[in-house]
Amino acid sequence: MAVRNYILVCGGTACESSRSKEILKALQDEAVKQGVADDIQIVQTGCFGFCEQGPIVKVLPEDSFYVKVQPSDAAELIAEHVIKGREVKRLLYDKDKASKHAQVEDIKFYQKQFRIVLRNCGFIDPENINEYIARDGYSGLERALFEMTPEDIINELKTAGLRGRGGAGFPTWMKWNFSRNVESDIKYVVCNADEGDPGAYMDRSTLEGDPHSILEAMTICGKCIGAHQGFIYIRAEYPLAIRRLEIAMKQSRELGLLGKDILGSGFDFDIEIRLGAGAFVCGEETALLQSIMGHRGMPVPRPPFPAVKGLWEKPTVINNVETWANIPVIMHKGGEWFSKIGDADSHGTKVFALTGKICNSGLVEVPMGTTLREIVFDIGGGIANGKKFKAVQTGGPSGGVITSENLDTPIDFGSLIKIGSMMGSGGMIVMDEDDCMVDVAKFYLNFTVDESCGKCMPCRIGGKTMLAILDKITAGNGTMKDMDLLTEIGETMRKSALCALGQTSPNPIISTMRFFRDEYLAHIVDKRCPAGKCKKLVTYTIDPDKCKGCTACARRCPVEAISGSIKQPHKIDTTKCIKCGTCVKVCKFGAISVH
Amino acid sequence: MAKMTLEELRKLRAQKQDDLQKRDIAGKDCQIIVGMGTCGIAAGAKVVLDAFLKELDDEKIENVAVTQTGCMGLCYVEPTIEVVVPGMPDTIYGKVDADVARKIVKEHIVGKKLVTDHIYDRPSVDIMKNGGR
Repeated sequence: MAVRNYILVCGGTACESSRSKEILKALQDEAVKQGVADDIQIVQTGCFGFCEQGPIVKVLPEDSFYVKVQPSDAAELIAEHVIKGREVKRLLYDKDKASKHAQVEDIKFYQKQFRIVLRNCGFIDPENINEYIARDGYSGLERALFEMTPEDIINELKTAGLRGRGGAGFPTWMKWNFSRNVESDIKYVVCNADEGDPGAYMDRSTLEGDPHSILEAMTICGKCIGAHQGFIYIRAEYPLAIRRLEIAMKQSRELGLLGKDILGSGFDFDIEIRLGAGAFVCGEETALLQSIMGHRGMPVPRPPFPAVKGLWEKPTVINNVETWANIPVIMHKGGEWFSKIGDADSHGTKVFALTGKICNSGLVEVPMGTTLREIVFDIGGGIANGKKFKAVQTGGPSGGVITSENLDTPIDFGSLIKIGSMMGSGGMIVMDEDDCMVDVAKFYLNFTVDESCGKCMPCRIGGKTMLAILDKITAGNGTMKDMDLLTEIGETMRKSALCALGQTSPNPIISTMRFFRDEYLAHIVDKRCPAGKCKKLVTYTIDPDKCKGCTACARRCPVEAISGSIKQPHKIDTTKCIKCGTCVKVCKFGAISVH
Repeated sequence: MAKMTLEELRKLRAQKQDDLQKRDIAGKDCQIIVGMGTCGIAAGAKVVLDAFLKELDDEKIENVAVTQTGCMGLCYVEPTIEVVVPGMPDTIYGKVDADVARKIVKEHIVGKKLVTDHIYDRPSVDIMKNGGR
C-alpha cells in the first residue's frame, strides 16, 4: 500500500520542550485507532527553524504547515486531514491561505532563505541513515574516497571559498592544507560543537536535525589530511544532539561508513564524542583541545596553531559544526557551485539564530550578502508589539551592535568588521526602544567576566574593572572620566589578552559607546536612563488624573508600596518600591509612568 | 545490517531516493485532488484514492501530487476528482471508480488527453464571484 500522507513532526529541542514528543506519540496512537496507520507515515525530523510558532507539524503532500500544535489536536488532525482531507484551519500558520496550494512557500519567513547547512533539517528523520543517504548523503565521501586525491579535495574547497563559520572566518582550505603538509604518523580531526553564545542554537539544531552531515564531513577531512581519528566536542547540555549523534555513529559503523576499511576503500576513520562541562572558554579552540586531552580548559598561546601542533602535539584540524555541515555539499555539488552563492567577499550561506524583540524568532539561513534589513523585517517580520527598532547585536558577547543606519549593510565577513561588529557564530539579538544599551553592554560583560578562565591578566582584571565602571554608571555615579577609562581598558584587552574571549569581550562596550554615546551621557550627566531599564535611575509614579482607583496595582505589588482607597487615585511609596515593574503591566489605564 | 561496498551504497541510495521523492513537493507540477466529503467517501472515494496512488506507483510517475479535499458540490456524480496538469484545463471528473482512475492516469496525466465520458463542470460557476474557486 502506497503511503498517501506524510506527517513531519519537529523533533528539535525547542519543539520537544513544548511537547512535540507527545504529539508524535498521540499521532501514532490515533493513526492506529482510526485505522490509517498503514496509509500514512509519521516522521520525526530536525528543527524547521520557525521556533517562534512551535511545535510545528507539517503534512505532505498538501504541504500544510501547522503551528502551535498540542497533543490533544492529534485526533482531529488524523480524522479531518488524513481521513477526510480537510485541513484543520485553526492550526494552520496562515489561516486565510488554506488548502490546495503549497503553503510553506508562501510564508515570508522562508521566502528569502536558502538552505545548505539546514538542507535536511525538518525534512528527514535524523535517526534514520537511509533518509540521509537518499538525500545524496555520503556521496561527497564517495568522491573523496574513490575519485579525488587529497590535493583535489583542497582545491575543491579553495574554489568554493568556504571560510570558517565559527566566527573568525579563516579559509578552511588553508587550515586543512597546513595539517596535510605536516609530516606526522598521527593526525586528528575535531568538531567544535561547544556552542555557547547567549541566544545561539544553530549548531545544536544542525546536529539534531542532520547528524550524518557532520560525520561525513569529518571523514572527508580525515581522508584529505591523513587522519584516522576524530573527536566531536559537544557540551553536555545538549542531550538530544548527543543522542542523535550516537545513533548516527552506530548506524554509520554498521553500514561500514565509519570504522575500518570504509566502503572497501582501505581507509580507516572513526569518531569519538567528548562531552564538555559547559565552560564558554572551551569554545576557543586551544582551550577546547586542552579539555579533550583531559586538562583544565584554558587557552594556550598561538602559534603553534592546532593545524600544526594540536591534540597531543599532533596536527589537528578543528572546525565548527556549521563549517563541517557545508563540506559534504561542496564535495557533492562541487566548489564551483558553492562559490556562486553569496557575494564577492564571502561565499555560501550563513545560519543565524534570530532572537530578541522580533516577531518571528527562529533559525534562519540566508545567502551571504543578504542585508540586515531583509533578515529583521522580511524574514523576522519586524519588531514585536509595534515598537521601534533600535539595534541588532551580532556575534554575541564578542560582537557589537548594528544600528538602523547600517541596516542595509550586506551581511558578510568583511562588511560586518567594517562597521565595527563581526559575523560571530551566528547569534542575532534584536533590540527595541525599551532596551537600554548601557544595560545590554553590562549584560554581555557580566557573561564574559563570569566565563573568563582567569589565566591571563588583561581578561581577568580588565573585565572585572570594566564591569565595576558600568555598574557605577548605571547607578548614576559615573563621571566623564569613566568613559575614557572604559576605552583605554578595552583597547588594552583587545591587544594583550591571551585568547579571543578576552580580546573580544570589550567589543559590546566599545561598540555601544560608539553608536549610543548619548545614552551613556544621559546616565552620566543627566543621571537618567532613557529606556527606563536601570533600576537605580528610575522612579515609578502614578498620574492622579489617569488613575481610576481600581486597586489592581496595589493588590499585585509584592512589597505593598502602593496605597490608596477604591476609586481614589493611588500613590507609590518610593522608599518601599523595588522597581519590579509589575504595576505598569497590570495598569489598564496607563497611569503609571517610569522616569 | 552488514558493511557496504561502494556499489551497495549507491544501490541503497537509488532505492531510498524513490521513497523520499514522494515526500518532496518540489518538482511535482501535476495534482490530483480527490473529493473526500462524506458523500464522496460513501460513494467510494477512498478506493479511488488508493487506486490513484497505486497506479502512479506502478507506472513510476513522480510529478503528480495526490491530495484530498472536501465535497466539491457535485454529490450526484460522486466520487469526484479534479486533475490539474500544466497546459491543460483544470478538469473535474465524476463517477470515478478504480478503473476510471487508472484510465485518467494513462490518458490524462500521461497521454495529455481528456477522458471524455466523465467530465463534469463546477457547479454554479456563473453565479459565483471567483468562478467557484
